[in-house]
Amino acid sequence: MMKSYEELREVIDKKNRGLRDKVMSLEDAIGLIQDGDHVASGGCHYSKTAMAAVWEMIRQKKRDITYSRSIASTEGDLLLVAGVVKRVVSSWFSPGVTWGVSRVMRHYTQNKIAEFEEWSHMSLGLRYRAGAMGIPFIPARAMMGSDLFPRLSDIKEMECPFTGEKLALIPALNPDVAIIHAQRCDAYGNVQLDGLPFMDKDIALAANKVIVTTERIVSNDQIRRAPDRTAIGFFCVDAVVEVPYGCLPHECYGQYEPAFKHMDYYVKLMMGRGPDGVKEYLDEYVYAPANWNEYIEKIGFKNILDATIEGRGIYND
Amino acid sequence: MADYNTMELMICVAARELEDGASVGVGTGAPCAAAMLSQKTNSPNLMIMFEAGGAAPLLPEMPISVGDSRTTWKAVMASGMCEIMETACRGMIDYTFLGGAQIDMHGNLNSTLIGEDYNRPKVRLPGSGGANDFASFCWRMMVMTPQDSKRFVEKVDFITTPGWLEGGDSRAKSGLPLGAGPYKIITNMAVMDFEPESKRMRIISINPGYSKKDVAENCGFELLEASDIKETKPPTENELRVLREEVDPYRYVIGR
Repeated sequence: MMKSYEELREVIDKKNRGLRDKVMSLEDAIGLIQDGDHVASGGCHYSKTAMAAVWEMIRQKKRDITYSRSIASTEGDLLLVAGVVKRVVSSWFSPGVTWGVSRVMRHYTQNKIAEFEEWSHMSLGLRYRAGAMGIPFIPARAMMGSDLFPRLSDIKEMECPFTGEKLALIPALNPDVAIIHAQRCDAYGNVQLDGLPFMDKDIALAANKVIVTTERIVSNDQIRRAPDRTAIGFFCVDAVVEVPYGCLPHECYGQYEPAFKHMDYYVKLMMGRGPDGVKEYLDEYVYAPANWNEYIEKIGFKNILDATIEGRGIYND
Repeated sequence: MADYNTMELMICVAARELEDGASVGVGTGAPCAAAMLSQKTNSPNLMIMFEAGGAAPLLPEMPISVGDSRTTWKAVMASGMCEIMETACRGMIDYTFLGGAQIDMHGNLNSTLIGEDYNRPKVRLPGSGGANDFASFCWRMMVMTPQDSKRFVEKVDFITTPGWLEGGDSRAKSGLPLGAGPYKIITNMAVMDFEPESKRMRIISINPGYSKKDVAENCGFELLEASDIKETKPPTENELRVLREEVDPYRYVIGR
C-alpha cells in the first residue's frame, strides 16, 4: 500500500519544479486528477475548503477517489452522492454543531456503500507530516488504548529502542493530489495563507501534485516583500487557479464567513431527504451552472455580501 | 431560586471546574460554552485551546466550528492542527471537555458507532475529531452529558476516546501518559468523579431536584458513592445572565 521512498522521490524527480507560470483554468487544473487518485484537501470542516476544486471534480465525473481531510463537512456528502468518492479518510465527518450528523455519511457507511476510515486529528496530521518528511512513519502515542488503534490495519506498535516505552507508529500518507485554497498566491504557486494554517503545508509537501485555488493572484514582488508569510513554495505546486469566493458556501479566513443561509438550505435538503435531496442540490448547484461564477450567482448577492462583511470584520478592530 | 434548563445547569457547573490561569482544550458546543462562561466569570485568564489551532482567544461570541475564524479572535496564536495536539502531548493542557454517545464506568467514550460491525454499523457517528487526542494527553478529562441508561452503559460499543480503559493501571500500561485521565462527569442529575484505585465512576454530588435513586436508575452500571455526597450548587443569577446574554445569545447550545 505504501510507496517506497525511491518511488516517491522518482515522482518528484520527474516533476517540473521550475519557476514557471502555472496559471490555468479550473477545468485544466482538475484535469490533473486521475480516477483512483488519493486527493487530500486543505482547511478543516467548513473553513478554507477547496470547494471550487471539489465542485469541478464532481462535474468532471471523477471516480474511485479516496478523499482525505482533517475534518470532512458538507463537501464530503457531495462527493459521496455524486459517486466520485468511495472512501473518506478523516477524523470527523458531518455538517456540525447546529446542523447535526450527516444523513448522507450515515446512509453510505451504514449500508456499506462507502468507507469512512477514521483517524484521530493528530494521527492524520502526523500521517501527512511523515509524508512531507519522506519517512515511512512517525512514532507517537496517538490513539493508544482506544479501539481506533487495533482497527486500523496499517498502524503498528513498537518498543522504543531508547526508553523501552510502547509507541504507536503512524504511517506516512503521500496523497496523489492535494487541493488547497489560499487567500493569495502568485502565478508560480507561492502560497500565502492567513489565519489558521490547518494541515495545509504538510499536505502540500506530502502530495505528488498540488492544485492551488486562490482568492487572488498577486505579483511575485508582493510575495517577495513578505516571504515570511509564504506557507507553500512554488516548487511544490502544479496548478494555480484564481477562484474568488472559491470556498463558498464555506468560509475563507479574513475574506468571508460561511454563507449561513445557503448552508441552512443545503442541510435542510440533505437531512430531510438524504441522498435524494443532495442529488437535487447537485443538479441545481453543480451540474446546471455554466461555470463557477454562475454558481456564485445562484448563492445570491445578499448572502455573499453578509458573509463578506462578517468575514472581513476580523480586520476591523 | 433561578429557573434554568438542564443544559444551562451542566454548563454552569462545568465552568466552575476551570480555575483562573488553567488551560482547557475544547471543541464546539457545550464544552466551548462552559469555557467561555468560565472566562467571563471566575477565570478571566483561562487559556482556551481549540483542536483546529486557535490558542487563548478572547471569544466575543460562540464559534460554531472548530476551525471557525472566530476561534482565533484576539488569540495569542493561530497554530496548526498537529501543533495544538503536540502541546497537549507535552503536558501543557490541564483540562479538556468532551461528550459522546456512550460512556462506561471507567469514562471511556464512544463517538464512532453504535452496533458491532465497524464496517456496517447500526448507527455511524461523526467520529473522534480531536477528542481522542485531547483525552489521551490533557491532564484532566471532563464530560458533560445528559444521563440515561442508554448513554451510561456497561461497555461502550467502541472506544473512540480512552478513559481509564479497564480501570486500575490499565490506562498507563496501554502507553498513555501517567497521571492523565478522566476527572469529572457532569450530567443533568449529578456530578461524578473516579475512585482512585479502581478508577470506577463515583457519585460526589447530586443536582437539585434529583435523588440518588434517579441517578442510579438512569445508569447502565453500578455507580460507587463518595462517603459524603453533596448537593450540587445550582447556577447563580449572574452565571445565567452571562451565559444567556454574552456566551450564547443565539441559544445554539442552551436552546438544545
